[in-house]
Amino acid sequence: MNYIWPIMIIFSFICAVFNGKIGALSTAIIDSGSVAISLAIKLLGIICLWNGLIKIAEKSGLTVSLAKLLSPVLKLLFPKLKDEEARQLISMNITANILGLDNAATPLGLKAMNRLSTLNNHSATADDNMVRFVVINTASLHLISTTVAMLRNEYGSKSPTEVIVPALITSAISLSCGILMTIILKRVFK
Amino acid sequence: MTEISNFIIPVIVVIMILHGIFKGVNVFNEFTAGAKEGLKILLNILPSLVALIFSIELIKASGALDTLCSLLSPITSFLGIPKEVSPLTILSPISGSGSLGMFESILKNHGPDSFIGRCASVIMGSTETTFYTMTVYYGSVGIKKSRHTLPSALCADFTSFILSPKFVKLFLYQ
Repeated sequence: MNYIWPIMIIFSFICAVFNGKIGALSTAIIDSGSVAISLAIKLLGIICLWNGLIKIAEKSGLTVSLAKLLSPVLKLLFPKLKDEEARQLISMNITANILGLDNAATPLGLKAMNRLSTLNNHSATADDNMVRFVVINTASLHLISTTVAMLRNEYGSKSPTEVIVPALITSAISLSCGILMTIILKRVFK
Repeated sequence: MTEISNFIIPVIVVIMILHGIFKGVNVFNEFTAGAKEGLKILLNILPSLVALIFSIELIKASGALDTLCSLLSPITSFLGIPKEVSPLTILSPISGSGSLGMFESILKNHGPDSFIGRCASVIMGSTETTFYTMTVYYGSVGIKKSRHTLPSALCADFTSFILSPKFVKLFLYQ
């Protein structure tokens, strides 16, 4: 991000000058702070709510059962991760992702990251497990993308759900590519 | 379909709470203890979130998107991505709300059952907002060096963009 972030800003400035949109750019700079804060407040509610619910699930042992259920998947994706708590949290995050519960997946993922960070001695450099976990979360695992189906329905599609199969296969292949890249690039980025 | 998905979240929440009560957990106390931790997580994310939203808002306001699209159009057309869909490929890794808005306008202008509408639907259904996810996940635990995360994640996105038109043709136009 140390490279991409300044490039995004400088590129925007140059484009704004050439497109005659410098006024809009000025407004955007002033407004972006409040855009970020309103997003953060929305996120805060979601994170607090799901953190509360996860705590209940942890105490009741629900997370343990879920981790057992998903242990073959986890063995495949994180063969070197032995920590039980991290495995439970990752299992819950993956389940939320598959079910298309975006609101739940993020807080669960953040809790899992927190655990992975502890295992990594709170280092400022991501370890292989973290990279793998974040790449999985940047790809889509949704079984059904409800937002897409809903919007297609709204705009009068004859079959809103017809795209599910191609989307599912595309997701599966692109996720595999992402994971494959983490294996290949692991040695390049030490 | 939407009826079934409407049930998912409420059912999960009820199961979590019932299971807790059944196992003798003080559900309310545990809930509030967990929610308190949420505050700390948000404080960790906030600085990187402000930085990311700042750069995204600038990209959106400056017309940089159109410029990027015209620069990249030879590549996208070579890959068989319809030119109406190509802005989506640039926007979808960067901004969730932005790509949703663009997806809606594609559906409105070209119809959800057109080739363009179907390609856009598959792209939307098979990608996530890469930059946002990375910022929030790494921001929350103070990671400064993300190593090979971005190239791997963008590779996955890129695969989706290339495959979407191919699979739409394969599955929906025999």
